[in-house]
Amino acid sequence: MTDDAPLLSVRGVTKWYGRRLGCRDVGFDLYPGEVIAIVGESGSGKSTLLRLLTRQADIDAGTVSYRMRDGSLRDLSALTDAERAVLRRTDWGFVHQDASFGLRMSVSAGGNIGERLMSAGARHYGDIRAEAARWLARVEIDQARIDDTPDTFSGGMRQRLQIACSLVTGPRLIFMDEPTGGLDVSVQARILDLLRGLVVDLGLSALIVTHDLGVARLLSHRIMVMKAGEVIESGLTDRVLDDPREPYTQLLVSSILPA
Amino acid sequence: MKPVLEISGVSKSFTMHLQGGVSLPVMADVTFDVRAGECVAIVGPSGAGKSSVLKMIYGSYGCDSGRIVVTHGGEITDLVQAPPRQILALRRETIGYVSQFLRAVPRVPALDVVAEPLVALGAAREEARDRAAAMLTRLNVPQRLFGLPPATFSGGEQQRVNIARGLLPDYALLLLDEPTASLDAKNRAVVVDLINARKRGGAAIIAIVHDEDVRDAIADRIVDAAHFSAAA
Ligand SMILES: Nc1ncnc2c1ncn2[C@@H]1O[C@H](COP(=O)(O)OP(=O)(O)OP(=O)(O)O)[C@@H](O)[C@H]1O
Ligand SMILES: [Mg+2]
Repeated sequence: MTDDAPLLSVRGVTKWYGRRLGCRDVGFDLYPGEVIAIVGESGSGKSTLLRLLTRQADIDAGTVSYRMRDGSLRDLSALTDAERAVLRRTDWGFVHQDASFGLRMSVSAGGNIGERLMSAGARHYGDIRAEAARWLARVEIDQARIDDTPDTFSGGMRQRLQIACSLVTGPRLIFMDEPTGGLDVSVQARILDLLRGLVVDLGLSALIVTHDLGVARLLSHRIMVMKAGEVIESGLTDRVLDDPREPYTQLLVSSILPA
Repeated sequence: MKPVLEISGVSKSFTMHLQGGVSLPVMADVTFDVRAGECVAIVGPSGAGKSSVLKMIYGSYGCDSGRIVVTHGGEITDLVQAPPRQILALRRETIGYVSQFLRAVPRVPALDVVAEPLVALGAAREEARDRAAAMLTRLNVPQRLFGLPPATFSGGEQQRVNIARGLLPDYALLLLDEPTASLDAKNRAVVVDLINARKRGGAAIIAIVHDEDVRDAIADRIVDAAHFSAAA
């Protein structure tokens, strides 16, 4: 986290859906190795923001700039579709709450990982299979399941497979939307441990959307609190959680059950 | 030489929005400094704001006004103004904090809880674990606990894990919140030795200590929280 140039630089991002506000005037810098959690209750605009940042939807105002591997900071709007596709296939990883957004459910686990590798340019079948097996082990999925399809997997295994798929290309930035939502607490815990270890070991930057402040405390360096489409409070994770300023943040924090 | 820590005119209140916006003043005009190789003990009644001062220095609490200036390695930082990244860098390299209650990451074994700050400073994991094990052994934490997460440990065991974690790296500034409160006499003596060794090594130390014997053994000066407590 010593790198001085931001990896992702966001300014004044605003989005309207007709007359309904998606998000307004969101701005922040994400630095290499840094994890930011975006918290807030459902409907506060967290997932919208993630879709805007990754350009799955167009923004009405503002800019999103990304530091390319050559060191140049590029406005995502100025990239060609092909350039953006390359970012999505290699430099960015995605972990969705619903695994069927991130995985092809009727393609084998090894095939899911392999497809991502091939879309990033890998061609040699033996290498791809070996790499897939290595990543399954890394996310603690039994390698004997390499030819099974994710629709035969448990919820926790599907999330592990998504994590493997997104990391296999050596991305620099991971976007996660409720990565442990809907899982049993014990399964959640193991996935969070896995993510925490991987993020630190690989020096990844991450944006993680969650309504679970415990997840934010565990994984993030900084928190942005969203309410009704706007970031109403942000700062160091423990500062926001231990000394919250805004009424809404105090309400969120007071609603956590003591561990 | 400039003090490692200079606190001036710091005040703090909490606004409790869920309780009708009532404002709870905690402290006003906190001013003191701590030099390298010196231990300042903070005393004062429960609720006076002792722990809050340490949390403000560590950045876990914000300040309403004032300056908290840390000088280390030629760098001068006002923690009240510093952006999160800078505070995190100071926590990694300069400031160690032994909190009143251990808040370890769940499921991480005690040995790694202690080794982690060394790894963050660039030590190889195995070497960091060896040093962590030696430190825990010195604090009489039984080896059978090293591989277990501290959540189920006794109060005194957790406290020693916490102390090991905070005192193992060579931080220039140490914040100790009642580090010996749950320890028996034998372990208290070990902790006093460790703190005095860090003083000789040039660390600036702030300690909240109720135990007078411990205070006499480590403190060079006393700051009475009653003087800056807004409740006084
Ligand atoms: N996050 C917080 N939100 C609201 N009030 C707080 C918060 N943290 C501390 N306080 C209040 O600030 C005052 C000072 O608390 P603090 O923990 O600093 O006292 P202390 O001197 O360390 O006491 P003790 O000796 O009991 O540990 C108390 O009235 C406490 O209730
Ligand atoms: Mg206290």
